[in-house]
Amino acid sequence: MTHLFNNPYFLASIGGGLIGISAGLYYLFLGRIFGISGFIFSLFEKPVFIRIFSILGLLSAGLILNLIGAFNEINQISPLPILALAGFLVGYGSKLGNGCTSGHGICGISRFSKRSIVSVIIFISSAIITLLLKSRLGF
Amino acid sequence: MLKSTILSFLLSLIFGFGLGISGMTNPKNVLGFLDVFGNWKPALIFVMGAGILIATPIFMFAKTKSKPILQNDFPILPEKIDFNLIFGAIIFGIGWGIAGICPGPAIVILPKFPIEILVFIGAMIIGGSAAKLIHRT
Repeated sequence: MTHLFNNPYFLASIGGGLIGISAGLYYLFLGRIFGISGFIFSLFEKPVFIRIFSILGLLSAGLILNLIGAFNEINQISPLPILALAGFLVGYGSKLGNGCTSGHGICGISRFSKRSIVSVIIFISSAIITLLLKSRLGF
Repeated sequence: MLKSTILSFLLSLIFGFGLGISGMTNPKNVLGFLDVFGNWKPALIFVMGAGILIATPIFMFAKTKSKPILQNDFPILPEKIDFNLIFGAIIFGIGWGIAGICPGPAIVILPKFPIEILVFIGAMIIGGSAAKLIHRT
């Protein structure tokens, strides 16, 4: 059992399954796409309670996981100026492109949206090229 | 309304646990996944793979319904592939590739890195406002 819980493929599949079931049920019951950039940008738009409690749910998961030490191995995070630049671009892009990894990546593909499939192919390619340039040019 | 609010909280809680368990909340994993031409760590494909595998039948079932179970109507979602979608995805990808953080995992790891993530989310909101201003979306 311990082997399984140290296996990144197993954890990715279980985690992905939980993500899929919650995003699917969110649409089935609430009729809304589980899109986290959307929650952040339009937190105070209708339906305001659903948006706020969705953010609170994610945050509560983080609090619990942090308390039980699930994040202990996360010791690398970019320095503040880099985070500010990355955050700006993530915000700019997800606002303009109307979604991020959750809304386009999970929900969009699962409902066979052409728009989302195009978006995901482009943003993953763009991120891979960014990383390639970063490592080749030594940023 | 109360039911919807409680359900939105519970489903987001599960979604957040999913992100944490999957390894998406560790920027090092995300950058390893994107480092296809370097030291590639493909595990995170399974997050999207399993997620889509489970969500697809639920979305298909939802399509057979005239309205969501707790609300009055399904939203009308845009289907047009336009400049904003493509340019937005390019910019989003650059930001994601720089720090290995996207909006969901950012909120989940906020308790671990409060200052760093508040800077990230603050910058995100500024970036979103800039996009709105420049492109009049």
